[in-house]
Amino acid sequence: MRNLRLSSAAPVRTASTPTVNVLRGLVARATTPLLPDDYLKLLNPLWSARELRGQVVDVHRETEDSATVTIKPGWGFSGAYQPGQYLGIGLRVDGRWHWRSYSLTSIPRRDRKLIAITVKATPEGFLSSHLVNGVEPGTVVRLAAPRGDFALPDPPPAKLLFVTAGSGITPVIAMLRSLRQRGESPDIMHVHSAHAAGDVIFHEELRALERTQPDYRLHLQLTADKGKVDFAALDGLVPDWKDRSTWACGPPAMLDIVEKAWTAAGMRDKLHTERFAIARTDKGGEGGTVTFKISDKSIKLDGATTLMEGGEKLGIQMPFGCRMGICQSCVLPLESGYVRDLRSGTEHCAGDRIQTCISAASGDCTIDI
Amino acid sequence: MAITDIGQYVHLTAADIEELGRELDGIRTDIEESRGERDARYVRRTIQLQRGLVVGGRIALLASRNKVAWIAGTALLGIAKIIENLELGHNIMHGQWDWLNDPEIHSTEWEWDTTSPSVQWKHSHNFVHHKYTNIVGIDDDVGYGLLRVTRDQRWKPEYLGNPVFNLLLGTLFEWGVALHGVELTKVRRDEKSMDEVRKDLRVIGKKVAKQVGKDYIIFPALSGPGWKHTLAANAIANLIRNYWAYLVIFCGHFPDGAEKFTREEYENETHPEWYLRQMLGSANFTAGPLMAFMSGNLCYQIEHHLFPDLPSNRYAEISERVKALCDKYDLPYTTGSIMHQYMQTFWTILRLSVPNKFLQGTSDDAPETHSELKFRIRGGVRESFGVDPDTGRRRGLRTALRELQTGDIATA
Repeated sequence: MRNLRLSSAAPVRTASTPTVNVLRGLVARATTPLLPDDYLKLLNPLWSARELRGQVVDVHRETEDSATVTIKPGWGFSGAYQPGQYLGIGLRVDGRWHWRSYSLTSIPRRDRKLIAITVKATPEGFLSSHLVNGVEPGTVVRLAAPRGDFALPDPPPAKLLFVTAGSGITPVIAMLRSLRQRGESPDIMHVHSAHAAGDVIFHEELRALERTQPDYRLHLQLTADKGKVDFAALDGLVPDWKDRSTWACGPPAMLDIVEKAWTAAGMRDKLHTERFAIARTDKGGEGGTVTFKISDKSIKLDGATTLMEGGEKLGIQMPFGCRMGICQSCVLPLESGYVRDLRSGTEHCAGDRIQTCISAASGDCTIDI
Repeated sequence: MAITDIGQYVHLTAADIEELGRELDGIRTDIEESRGERDARYVRRTIQLQRGLVVGGRIALLASRNKVAWIAGTALLGIAKIIENLELGHNIMHGQWDWLNDPEIHSTEWEWDTTSPSVQWKHSHNFVHHKYTNIVGIDDDVGYGLLRVTRDQRWKPEYLGNPVFNLLLGTLFEWGVALHGVELTKVRRDEKSMDEVRKDLRVIGKKVAKQVGKDYIIFPALSGPGWKHTLAANAIANLIRNYWAYLVIFCGHFPDGAEKFTREEYENETHPEWYLRQMLGSANFTAGPLMAFMSGNLCYQIEHHLFPDLPSNRYAEISERVKALCDKYDLPYTTGSIMHQYMQTFWTILRLSVPNKFLQGTSDDAPETHSELKFRIRGGVRESFGVDPDTGRRRGLRTALRELQTGDIATA
C-alpha cells in the first residue's frame, strides 16, 4: 500500500501534503511531461506547487522609503517558518525574474494564510525600490522557502537584548510580535538606531510595546542628532548586557563593531547576527584574470569585483539568485586558481564549488561556465 | 570532398571574414540588449496557447466516437504537439529563454512531448550538431547514420534503400530522434561501449513508457467505449507531428546549397569562419508568420544556426540583417518555397542511393556538396576577388559561382 502511494506520487513527490501528491501524481501520468500544476496555474497562478508562488495582497507604506508587502502564498508553501527567518522572493521586471531575500515580518501561526515582508528601498537596490514603489496588489511573485538561523528559540531565554539599526528591525519585529502572540514576556532591552524619527520603521508599534509591556524597554537612538551608538560604552546604556542573549541586525559596519565588542568581552557565543548586505571592506585580495572556460572568455578583475559581475560584463549567462551569498543558485566549480569569499575572506582553491556572487579573484583563476 | 578551406571557397579576404564576424557579433549584442517584456510575453502566450490546444484536443477526443469531435480533437492535438516540439521544446532547450531566469521555462528544466529524452537531445543536438554542423564524419545529423545525403559519405549497398529509409524516417520521426540519442554511428566505430548504450536505452525506455502510457493507454481508457477511436486519433496526431517536424528539419539541412565540410576545415577554423560554416551549411524556406510559427521559426534555419540561443521570435528581424550582410559580402543566402526545398532534398536522397559512378558531378561540384576545388580552373584557386575597382563592391562567392557558370573566370 505504501509502495503504491509512493509510486503514484512519484512524478510530484516534491510538494505539500501526501494525499494531494498521490492525486497530482496520478493525474501527472496523463499530463506528462508536464504536471497538472502546469495547466491549473493558467486558471489561477497560485494553483501550482511546482514552484512556490504568491500573490501580492497589499503594499503598506511604513516610512518614506519602506513598505510592508503582504503576500498570499500559493500551493505548496509551508506555514512552518520561524520569526526572524527570511524569505526569497522573485519578481518579474521587464520580462526577467529577479530574486532577493527579505525578513518575514508576519507571525507564523496568527497570519497563517498570509505572509509579509518589510522592505526598505535602497538607492542601489533595484528590486527593493521596485517592491516599495512599483508593485501592484495582484502581482504574482515567486517564493523560496523561508530560511535562516537568525531565529528565537522557543521558549526564549529569560533575558534578551536586541541591537538593530535601520531595516535591521525587520527580523526583530517578527520576534517581538511572535513573543507577544505566544504570551511570553521575557525581559527585553532593545537598542535601535535610525537616522531620524520619520525613518523609524514600526515606530508606533515599538512605542506602543514600550507603553503596554513592562518587560520591554526601548532605547531609540536617532543618529542624525546624537550620532551612532557607542558600543564601547554599552555598560552605561545596558548595564547588564553581559547577562543577556543578544540578537543583532543592521548595517555591516555596525555588526562588525558589535562582533568585536562581544568577542572582546568573551560573549561571542551569546551573540546572534544577521547580515543583509555584504561588506566590501578592505579584505579584497589582489584580483587577477578570470577565465570562463566553457564560454571561452576572460576578463581582468580587481579584488573587490565578484566573479558573477565579471561574467555578466562579458555577456555570459551566469546562474544567479539572491546575489548576496545565501541562496546557492550561483554555485559553480572552480577549475583552477584561487578565489576569495568577500564576506569571510576565506580563500578557496581548485575543486571547490564557489558562490560566484560573493567571490572575487585572488590571483588568476578559471571557472567552469 | 566537401569544403576544407572555407575562406577560399567564399572568395573573401581574411580581413573581410573578420569584419563579417564582427558584424554578426553586433547583431547578437543588439538582440541580447533589447530582450525584454515583449519577448517574455511572446513565450508565455505561446505556452498558454499550446496548453489550451492540448486541453481542447483531449476533451474533444473523450467523445471520439463522434466524427466531428474526432477530427477536431486529432487536429488540435497534432497542432499542439507541433508547437510544443518546435517552438517551445526545441527552442527552450537551446537556452533561448534562459535569460528570463524563470525555472519553469529553462533549458535545464524543460522536458518535451516526444519520446526523445531532453538530456540526450541537448547533447546530440545542441552540442554535437550545432558545434560541428555538417562536418562529414562528426555531425551525425548528416544522414543520421541511416541516409546518404551527400556523396561525401562512401556508398554502401544499404544505401539502395535510401528512399525507403527516408519514408520510414519521416513516418517514425519521433522514434528516430529518440534513437539518435544512442549515437549509433559512434557505436559502429567502437567509440561507445555496449554498457553506455544500455544506459542510454534505459533513459529512453523510461521516457517512452511515459509517452506511450499517456497517448496509448490512459487517454484511450478515459474514452471508455470509444477507446479505439481515441487511440487512433492519438497515433495520427503523433504522425502529423512526425511528418511536419521531419519536413521542417530536412528543408533546413538538405536542399542544394546547404554545404558539407571536412574535419580539416573544423580543425583550422576561427570564430568568424564558424559563422560562415553555419551560414553556408543551412537553408531557409520562405514562410509567412503562421508557417514560421508552426515551424518553430526554423524556416529561419540559417539564423538559428548562427544564433542558436537567441529567442526564436526575433529570427525574422535577424534574417533581414543577415540577408543584408549576404548582399554586402556577396554571399549566397539559400532559401526557397518549402516544396522547392523539399523536392531538392528528395532528389538528392533518391539519387544518392546509387554509387558515385552512376552520378554526374563530383564531390567537389555536385548539387548537394561543393568544395573550393570546384574553382580550380587554369592556375588553381584564387584566394579572393577583392573589391571590384569599377563598382567598389566586394566580389565573393556569388560572383564566383556566377562567373563559373558564364565562363568569365576562365578568361579573366
